[in-house]
Amino acid sequence: MIYAVAALLLFQLLGECIVQVLALPLPGALVGMLLLFAGLMWRGRAPEALARTGGTLLQHLMLLLVPSVAGVMMHFGRVAREWQPFLIACVVGAAVTLVVTALTFQWMLKLRAKAGR
Amino acid sequence: MSADVFHPAWSVLSHASLTWLTLTLLAYAAAVWLFRRAGGNPFLIPVLTTVSVVVAVLLATGTPYAVYAEGTRFLTFLVGPATVALAIPLSGQLARLKELWLPVTVALVVGSIAAIFSAVLVAWALGGSLETLISLAPKSATMPIAMPVAERFGGLPSLAAVAVAITGIVGTIMSRPLLNLLRIDDPAARGFAIGLTAHAIGMAREIQAHPTAGAFAALAMGLNSIVTALLMPFVIGLLHRAGIL
Repeated sequence: MIYAVAALLLFQLLGECIVQVLALPLPGALVGMLLLFAGLMWRGRAPEALARTGGTLLQHLMLLLVPSVAGVMMHFGRVAREWQPFLIACVVGAAVTLVVTALTFQWMLKLRAKAGR
Repeated sequence: MSADVFHPAWSVLSHASLTWLTLTLLAYAAAVWLFRRAGGNPFLIPVLTTVSVVVAVLLATGTPYAVYAEGTRFLTFLVGPATVALAIPLSGQLARLKELWLPVTVALVVGSIAAIFSAVLVAWALGGSLETLISLAPKSATMPIAMPVAERFGGLPSLAAVAVAITGIVGTIMSRPLLNLLRIDDPAARGFAIGLTAHAIGMAREIQAHPTAGAFAALAMGLNSIVTALLMPFVIGLLHRAGIL
């Protein structure tokens, strides 16, 4: 577990350094995730200890986010003022995203089946 | 006398990490129990229930958010390593990714662009403020990606988190009727669309329903978070040039 946590922190640190040095507009942890993904691709599969520790962290990712999400209490005024555009944008956005993605994927599968024949 | 005795005790209690960490964990444990009891009802996702309890306690005790944020820094710190750990389930989908890389890539890029623009343009047309528009842009990504991305471009991370949660709930609820209406019957296409739209909330339900749909939902969720973060600088630049931001 200690090795796994150390590995995750190391990849995050590498990601943060790369973001700083190259001035990338990305979260450092995301770059760390891409580096780990590349490492796992090269290695074939995740070591068991890493898979277990990572699994535990991800299972409770929502708990880790609670303090940040609670920050919405600082913006109650904005939410009260703009709840209509906010909510409608979320609902319409979700519908559009779902339809566009599903149709594109289905259409690509059909193209592929035709090309394969 | 009692005030003299209790005041220092209360002030220690209200400033210690222990109190706020304990409250958060207890509220979360109760929220998870409630969510399971309700058969995974998307309206009861644990993060929303927990945040409601926490905010209610903070308001009731007159505690400023900054005190709570300071007290729970340990949890917030762990978001970084957990984000890195997202690579682990994603790497488990490598075989599927190789097999269907073309449909996956095309649907990913098209879906990601649709996700960002649909929300921003609707909110803009309805008169949303600049911070609201930017906070809405990464709403189909997972929270640990959407929050720092929104903040970097001038949005509010907590508002982005709320947009992510609402999108996940709404997307999960509407996904089955909408996909049936469109006659999308391929489990890979269904799972991919649900994972891209409704990230972890949609994926959690698809995994229970169908293994292929669940795997493609997980794949879509991971890839869309990456692509959203990569696309944001270009999208924000484009919206600036169009005079929307």
